[in-house]
Amino acid sequence: MENIENLNNEQLMTEEFVINIGPQHPATHGVLRVEVTLDGETVKDILPHLGYIHRGIEKMSEHMGYKQSIYLTSRMDYLSAHINNHACSLLIEKACGIEVPERAKAIRLIMDELQRLTSHQLWWGSCAMDIGAVTPFFVGFRDRERILDLFEANTGNRLTMNYIVPGGVMRDVLPNFVSDVRDVIDEVKSNFKDYTKLITGNFIFRHRTQGVGYLTKESAISLGCTGPVARASGVQCDIRKLYPYDGYDKLDFKEITDPGCDSWARYFVRMEEMKQSIHIIEQLLENFPEGESRTKLKGVLRVPAGEYYQRVETARGELGVFMVSDGSTKPYRLKYRTPCFSNLGAVTAIGKGLKIADLMATMATIDLIVPDIDR
Amino acid sequence: MSKDELKNYLGQHFSEFSLTESFDFTELHVPKENILDVLKQLKESPATAFDFLFCETAVDRNPALELVYHITSTQYRHDLVVKTVLEDRENPVIESVYPLWTAAELYEDEIYDMFGIRFSNHPKLRRIMLTDEWVGYPLRKDYQDDKMIVK
Repeated sequence: MENIENLNNEQLMTEEFVINIGPQHPATHGVLRVEVTLDGETVKDILPHLGYIHRGIEKMSEHMGYKQSIYLTSRMDYLSAHINNHACSLLIEKACGIEVPERAKAIRLIMDELQRLTSHQLWWGSCAMDIGAVTPFFVGFRDRERILDLFEANTGNRLTMNYIVPGGVMRDVLPNFVSDVRDVIDEVKSNFKDYTKLITGNFIFRHRTQGVGYLTKESAISLGCTGPVARASGVQCDIRKLYPYDGYDKLDFKEITDPGCDSWARYFVRMEEMKQSIHIIEQLLENFPEGESRTKLKGVLRVPAGEYYQRVETARGELGVFMVSDGSTKPYRLKYRTPCFSNLGAVTAIGKGLKIADLMATMATIDLIVPDIDR
Repeated sequence: MSKDELKNYLGQHFSEFSLTESFDFTELHVPKENILDVLKQLKESPATAFDFLFCETAVDRNPALELVYHITSTQYRHDLVVKTVLEDRENPVIESVYPLWTAAELYEDEIYDMFGIRFSNHPKLRRIMLTDEWVGYPLRKDYQDDKMIVK
């Protein structure tokens, strides 16, 4: 064995090598394959490979009626199913000039915000699990379960609700909806202290996230990032504030931004957003309107020829629906600009130069949902 | 800039291109040779500062292919749609906008995969969703697949 002091730099040099993470990997949360070039432990390059769950939703929509194609969107970002349906419904209402009753608007917003809560709760649990803590996963699911039960009782489904339809909502909520939501919200609020105890104040978690995974404001804008990922880099991009829909402009809530740019900032933004969601729901429950919950529409819709675009804020960022209509009963072209597809670029931008273990922790805070990328 | 101010500005500075109105946005129609120049000007001019490409997609207007760029400014919050038409259906090629917005890398990969439009100067153009051996471009109107598409 040669003495190490006699070796020069060239002899000590390591070689680059490529490893595959996924498509079946617990840290990618779905079937995403990432090809990572490593030099020792340092990440040199990242190349995502998509399409393992590509279902051709845009192509399928071209063969379906306007009302039918909405149901496919629940399967895109399955943790924001209500909000996806909401985007499509708003688009069709705008194009056809359909008025929505006040009660339906309030129900939609409550459902949207509850959905955001469930999504962030699941993210919180799985993010902690990626970093190595298993208990939070069960805590997150415990709280999420309460809201899912509420969805099940009122909409008939737990994951792919298909509840928000053009003209309002599928059917009216149960008579005790307001008190049920209040109970759930109170429970979620009191459970926040568990979140703080377990993770937010945790020494190890802070060390794994603070100062790791920088995404500058300029690159967040250039990459087209939206949602908590962009807001944690100081970009103001909350669609609920910029292009309010269904009465968000009448509500009092804050857009959470953070100039931190690191994984911790992304964690912080989501945690604060959950509190804002609760605040929004409480305001809506105070003046919950009476009346109709749906405008009756014709069985088959015809949208006037033209091009329409509608954006909403899902739990992960801006969902844009771009529709080209030729005046027939089916959309000529439907394009979903999904938040995860754009945020995926951030993985490559952030990951270069990180240690492989930090890459996993960073991907957890970007919160990718693979069916939303592949569609 | 408000919508009308933006329209006036575009009418003055890009008078050679036609302007139309869609339901939501002002649309600027640009020939494909000028696309990179025009977008670069729109992005870099301090009066417009379109620094955010939020959606880039294509529409098959059989037989021509149409590219649609949705851009916005994080500073002024005005939106614009820039459109260009590719007449050559067999071998459509256009300049990539990757030098202006990094987001275009993934968007253009998807357009290439689904519509078969090639982008020159793209860092790594590849079929992002489908396999490399896939025959045809599924989002084109004349795409034939007897197994997958049931009429």
